[in-house]
Amino acid sequence: MKILILSQLTKLFGPLRALDAVDLEVAAGERVALLGHNGAGKSTLMKIVLGILDGNGGTVQVAGHRPGERVAREMTAYLPENVAFHPALTGREQIRLYLRLKGEPAAKAAELLERVGLTAAMDRRIGTYSKGMRQRVGLAQALIGRPKLMVLDEPTSGLDPVSRHDFYTVLDDLAREGTAILHSSHALTEVEARTDRIAILSRGRLVANDTLAALRQAAQLPIQIHLVARHGEADAVAAQLGGTRRNGSRVELTCQPAAKLASLSAITGLGSAIEDVDVIPPSLEALYTFYSQGSAQ
Amino acid sequence: MSRLLAAAAAEFRIALRNRWVAIAITMMVLFAAVLSAAGTAPTGDLGVDRLTITVASLTSLGVYLVPLIALLMSFDAIAGEQERGTLALVLTYPVQRWQLVAAKFLAHLAILALAVVCGYGVATIAAFAVDPRSLAGLAALFRLTWTSLLLGAAFLGLGYTVSALSRRSGTAAALVIALWLVMIVLFDLALLAGVVADNGGVFTTRIFPLALLANPADAFRLFNLAASEATSAAAGIGGAANAIPPLQALLSLTLWAIAAFLAAIAAFRRVQS
Repeated sequence: MKILILSQLTKLFGPLRALDAVDLEVAAGERVALLGHNGAGKSTLMKIVLGILDGNGGTVQVAGHRPGERVAREMTAYLPENVAFHPALTGREQIRLYLRLKGEPAAKAAELLERVGLTAAMDRRIGTYSKGMRQRVGLAQALIGRPKLMVLDEPTSGLDPVSRHDFYTVLDDLAREGTAILHSSHALTEVEARTDRIAILSRGRLVANDTLAALRQAAQLPIQIHLVARHGEADAVAAQLGGTRRNGSRVELTCQPAAKLASLSAITGLGSAIEDVDVIPPSLEALYTFYSQGSAQ
Repeated sequence: MSRLLAAAAAEFRIALRNRWVAIAITMMVLFAAVLSAAGTAPTGDLGVDRLTITVASLTSLGVYLVPLIALLMSFDAIAGEQERGTLALVLTYPVQRWQLVAAKFLAHLAILALAVVCGYGVATIAAFAVDPRSLAGLAALFRLTWTSLLLGAAFLGLGYTVSALSRRSGTAAALVIALWLVMIVLFDLALLAGVVADNGGVFTTRIFPLALLANPADAFRLFNLAASEATSAAAGIGGAANAIPPLQALLSLTLWAIAAFLAAIAAFRRVQS
């Protein structure tokens, strides 16, 4: 079931087209990563989905409702980039307030804060929290009331690797329970393993929207093959395979995806001259650059 | 309703921790105490009780301090949240914008009530200590207290409106100070200058009373001075109170409070975070 449907969504800031006819859908239980440079329109798109900004054209539906409508807000959770809270309140007081604003019993606060690992600090003022701890409070409030749609803007910026891991574990649980998750990120490597689909925004236009495998397939970016040659044979190996010698034993070559197997059999043909082989598919960074530059041309 | 009360309780707690409650109470008590100390000289043959005189002085105090405290509490309410980034998240919750404004309003009005009651209370105790006949002034004191809250409500609403329109907390601060100066200080000075220059002409007889009614602070002063018998004890603009029916002044004050609150909601509705 589609939870979020954007159709031809357009937003103008004066002469600037912040969003230009964007079509995007997120189904229940699906995790979609929204990638883009700063100013590509990610936050604008999210704010329109949340109903705090109005679009200039196109439509947005949250489970059949207009964003900003009460029903839509009740089923949507949001974690803004660099989430901020009243520094004078404690974590527990802040979550109690948010629970009551969502019409849930305030007593659930302790349980939510435990889920994000803030039990020890929940009665301290948020003013004393680190950025990572504030982000956890942000996640705790986003978990209120089993949201159908979760919108996360750069949710893991400022988190240490362990916190990031915990964070994605919580998101995995939510997705399993059927929450549609739309999140933006700069940390491309972590998005790679944790999403079902990748949507790339560039200058307000959606330039890619597919699974990582399909995007790789469509981009046809060259594959890197890294070889370790036996001592003294690097030059010969490089000459035979048409690669480049990087140091005494290391040789690098690139090939098109279609030629991958042919290259590998040529390498095996060299027998004992080769000590090790690594095949490196195009990185998400390369894909991202490919798709966002493609739109600029 | 429970959402509104939850938000109001949080606002009150924030104000308490940010020392706003303490600051407001200290300001009112300090000024009321100074006023009482300055007024302890024997009243001689004025013939009115001590508390009635105190109420007249407190009216002049309230007209400056209550709007000031209200504006100081309210200027940051929306612009500050926008600037600190706490607003964007709250706006995604299933809570109406008017409820958010009303929550802040309730919390700030409660703080103002605390400050007013403490300040006026100190002055009342001082009056009773000097003059046991002060019972006669209790009705005037009561009237002063609730009209002070009405005046405070009007300026809270104006403060939120400015806050919602300015986007930046610093801009809002400058604007509310300007607003206070114009509405509380310069407005009266300009009227006074007009009256002096006019020398009893159309301005003095027609425009001046209307102008007084149009300003909530002057309406507040007029209502309290006209309704009490203390007019003779008050100086300055109070003399004009005789010309205007107190009910009109009260009506003006009430309308200001309602209009300012509605303006705040309208301005907040336009805020896109």
